[in-house]
Amino acid sequence: MRGLLGFLVPKLLRALVAVWLVTTVVFVVMRLSGDPVPLLLPPDAPTSEIMRVRRELGLDRALPVQYATFAANVLRGDFGRSIHFREPAFSVVKGYLGATVELGLTAFFIAALVAVPIGLLSAIRRNTLLDHVAMGVALVGQAAPTFFLGILFILLLSLKADLFPTGGRGDWKNLVLPALTLGAFAMASIARLTRSAVLEVLRADYIRTARAKGLAEWLVIVKHTLKNAALPIVTITGLQFGTLLGGAVVTETVFSWPGIGRLAIQSIYNRDYPVVQCAVFLSAIMFIVVNFAIDLFYGLLDPRVRPRA
Amino acid sequence: MSATPAVLAPVAVRGGAGGRRTTRLAVAGLAFVVLLGVVATAAPWLAPHDPERQSLRGRLGRPTLQAADGRARLLGTDQLGRDVLSRVIYGARVSLTVGLSAVVIGGLVGAGLGIAAGFRRGFTDTVIMTLADAQLAFPFILLAIGIIAVLGPSFPTLIVVVGLSGWVSYARILRAQVIVLRSREFVEAIQALGGSVTRVILRHVVPNVLSTIVVIATLELARSIVLEATLSFLGLGIQPPTPSWGGMIYEGREYLDSAWWISTFPGLVLMLTSLVVSRTGDWLRDLLDPTLRGE
Repeated sequence: MRGLLGFLVPKLLRALVAVWLVTTVVFVVMRLSGDPVPLLLPPDAPTSEIMRVRRELGLDRALPVQYATFAANVLRGDFGRSIHFREPAFSVVKGYLGATVELGLTAFFIAALVAVPIGLLSAIRRNTLLDHVAMGVALVGQAAPTFFLGILFILLLSLKADLFPTGGRGDWKNLVLPALTLGAFAMASIARLTRSAVLEVLRADYIRTARAKGLAEWLVIVKHTLKNAALPIVTITGLQFGTLLGGAVVTETVFSWPGIGRLAIQSIYNRDYPVVQCAVFLSAIMFIVVNFAIDLFYGLLDPRVRPRA
Repeated sequence: MSATPAVLAPVAVRGGAGGRRTTRLAVAGLAFVVLLGVVATAAPWLAPHDPERQSLRGRLGRPTLQAADGRARLLGTDQLGRDVLSRVIYGARVSLTVGLSAVVIGGLVGAGLGIAAGFRRGFTDTVIMTLADAQLAFPFILLAIGIIAVLGPSFPTLIVVVGLSGWVSYARILRAQVIVLRSREFVEAIQALGGSVTRVILRHVVPNVLSTIVVIATLELARSIVLEATLSFLGLGIQPPTPSWGGMIYEGREYLDSAWWISTFPGLVLMLTSLVVSRTGDWLRDLLDPTLRGE
């Protein structure tokens, strides 16, 4: 138990440091953006009015005070009011969160469920046509820019073949192309890593033993190989889940998917900084939480990762 | 007294047919990069048309060998009647300029901090590595969007943002290598002979990690080019009318149904570039520094 705690605490501290750094970066970027007051007031507002709003927003106080106020507000979920939507930024962003989570989870599960069997098959049927084709596609999938992949999918599967809608959120058909686009990079990486992890295990002595004692090949694969190759596969799969969140910005824009990534981009065009900050902040927090959970999961799965008590 | 080529040693061990094939592939990949550089530099002579010249009557023209004015439009024209091929050629300038500058910035910052962290250890190391972890704990594209949103999209901003996105890879890998190097006899010997820290680093550490830097820089070049295109696609990078691959893909989006070529050709060139450059990085790694596998 102490070993587990010794494993947990540093990870938790690092996650907290990351959250603090994100908060600070958001604050600094906000200050760099200059005075927001002219954006809030009509251009002919008198100086006294500008001073009043500045005082109201706390902009006349010293920077450290402003920083403390900002951090306290962020902890309460208060990012200020959206200039465009005229309601609290946090509640605006919250309304878009569901779509992003739905897209992210779908992409993640499609990627993992397709990639692991393909990687496994490629390793078992090493140097066959199947292996070469699968790994070739995976290489292209890793190199292809997400946004262009989305455009290609729209062009080929939506406009030419008319199988799926080009964008928007609705039934499951709307979800297929964005999820494939978002999941493509993860899928390619997971497939490649699964293949090499399985190949590594297949070389081990205990696999030769298992075969030598006459064990059925499928048992060798399922019981001996897959179980031992599981750790690296779980790790990369988890890591990929984190990067999906970053890719969501691009995918949502390409497919007009009403998530927080697209909201962030549109808010930039609207100069709606409170919403941008809130969206960036929430995405970062999700990313940190997911990575933290993966770290924990990994530690639970593999006792070797935990430091000895 | 030259530095021991520790990092290069495995090349000799490797050799064989596989090694020769990798060498050929790596050379072919580098040739592609050089070719891209030539195309970008010679764009004014290679491009058949002015990339920004609009032609209202020649809008959304199909790819053809013989257009109405008797001149070839191999890749068609866009929504403003501009020649797609010429824009793709000029787009290589943006991609390479941003990509290479970003690699230089990221490389200098990352290698500097990585070597400092590995050489000094202690507090310096902790601070630098905490920063690196923090950056990795954050989808960089979000940070890039935040910064560009505030500073406004411009060429220098773009280069700095893309450059800083990559410093962590250099820093982490070089730090690990420098820690090993520092405890080697030849470094200790030079220090015992009174060699200054600057001398040790410049004459003995840097040459030893140079092949690693080349490998990371190649992989980073591919990533930087894609990141620049992505930001330009989102409207945060290169601003119109300057042709950039990402921007062209964005502009063609509206016309996918009627004029697929506007987005598709720059996209394919971008994809090919990304694939070839990143594979070249992989081959160079196998050739120069197999120990980096899996990093």
